[in-house]
Amino acid sequence: MKFVDEFRDRAIAERIIKKIEGFDSFKANLMEVCGTHTMVIFKQGLKGMLPEDVNLLSGPGCPVCVTSQEDIDKAIDLAKDKNVIITTFGDMLRVPGTNSSLEKEKGNGADVRVIYSPREGLRIARENPGKKVVFLAIGFETTSPLIAASLLDARKEKIENFFIFSTHKLIPPAMEALLKSREVNIDGFICPGHVSVTIGSNAYRFIAEKYNVPCVIAGFEPLDVLQSIFMLLKLIREKKAKVEIEYFRAVRPEGNRIAQELVSEVFEVSGVRWRGLGTIPKSGLRLKREFSDFDAEKEFRPKTEKSKGNLDCACGEVLRGVKRPTQCKLYRRICTPEEPYGPCMVSSEGTCAAYYKYG
Amino acid sequence: MCLAIPAKVLKIENNLAQVDMVGVKRQADIRMISNLKVGEYVLIHAGFAIEKIGEKEAEETLQLLREMA
Repeated sequence: MKFVDEFRDRAIAERIIKKIEGFDSFKANLMEVCGTHTMVIFKQGLKGMLPEDVNLLSGPGCPVCVTSQEDIDKAIDLAKDKNVIITTFGDMLRVPGTNSSLEKEKGNGADVRVIYSPREGLRIARENPGKKVVFLAIGFETTSPLIAASLLDARKEKIENFFIFSTHKLIPPAMEALLKSREVNIDGFICPGHVSVTIGSNAYRFIAEKYNVPCVIAGFEPLDVLQSIFMLLKLIREKKAKVEIEYFRAVRPEGNRIAQELVSEVFEVSGVRWRGLGTIPKSGLRLKREFSDFDAEKEFRPKTEKSKGNLDCACGEVLRGVKRPTQCKLYRRICTPEEPYGPCMVSSEGTCAAYYKYG
Repeated sequence: MCLAIPAKVLKIENNLAQVDMVGVKRQADIRMISNLKVGEYVLIHAGFAIEKIGEKEAEETLQLLREMA
C-alpha cells in the first residue's frame, strides 16, 4: 500500500539503528503520548532494537485509558435508559465501571451500538426518531473536529434526538502536567502524528521553550518512529530544545485550520479530570452554550457511582510513565485482556494490553 | 484510537468523496480539506479525511532516510 510499505523497509531501519548506536552512550527517557505509537513500538519490537540506554516510556495517549472512572460510570448510567441508544467506538465497550460495563448493560438489554464514525451515529438518530441517540464523544484533537462537524450537521438538519457525552481531551496540557509533576524524568517527547495534523507543531513550542524538552512529531510506520527517535536523541545531545516534524507529509506548523475552526465553533476549553493525572486546567472540551441542546449530561443528568476504585490497579501510574505494567500486582495474575481490571488492559492500544500481547 | 489510514480519492461530490482505502471503497467526509483533487491521497479517520498526504513530502522523507549512511 502506498505511503505504508515504503516506510517499513528493514534495511533502512537497520541503518537508522546503526546511527542511533553511533551516538556516545547517554541515558535518555523518551515518552510517546499516543496509543497508536505504543502499538507500533510493541508490535514491531522497536524497543528491543534500540540500545539499552534509550528508554521508551508510554504516556497518557490512549483516550479510553485516560477517561476518568466518573465518566465511565456516567456512560454506563446513560445506557440504562430504555429510551436511549448508545453509539460508541468499540474500545469503550468493555471498560469496567464501578459496578458494570457497557458490555454488561448490553447483555441486560441496553441498546449499545459500536460505530466506526460519528456519521453513523447521526444516521441512527435519523432512522430512530422515537429514540434518543447518545454518542460517547471520546478522543483527542484528532477526533474532536469530526464530532464538531457532525453536530453542525445535526443542527442544520434539525435532528433533535442526537446528543453527545463529551469526554474530549487535549494532549499538550497533559504533557505539561507530567513535566510539572516532576515524577518522571522526560528528556524528549515523541509527539502524536494525527493529533498534530489538527493542532500543528506550533502547539508544542511552549513545551520546548518553557520546559527545555525537545519534541519530534512522528508518523506511524516503523521507519517514522525510528527516525523520530534518532531526531530526538540528536536534539537532546546537541542540547537543542526545539520542535521538529518527522511526519511532514501530513503535519504542518499551523495544523489544519478548518479542523480548528470546527472545534472552536462548537466546543470551549475547560478543566477536566483524567484517570491517573487528576484534574488538569484547560485540558478538555465541553459544548458551548449555543450547543447545550446536544449535551447528554444536561439532557439526562447521568449519575456516577460512589467510586471505590481498585486500589491495586496501577493504571494511573502506568499512564504517567511511573510504573511499568509488570510492576502492577494485578498484571497477568488477575488482570488479562480476557478479564481486564483496568482500562489500560481493555483498550487494544493500552500499555498493559500491548505488554501482554507483545511484551 | 487516533488511527488514520491513507486512502486515494476516486470521486468527489460536494463534501463527500469516494476513496480507496486498502482496496476497499468507502465514503469519506472531506470538508476539512481545501482544494482536494481526484487522485490525491488523504488520511481517513473515523469516516473523515483529516489531511492531505503530500506525495512530494513523502518522497522527500524516504529520500532522507535512504541517504542516511
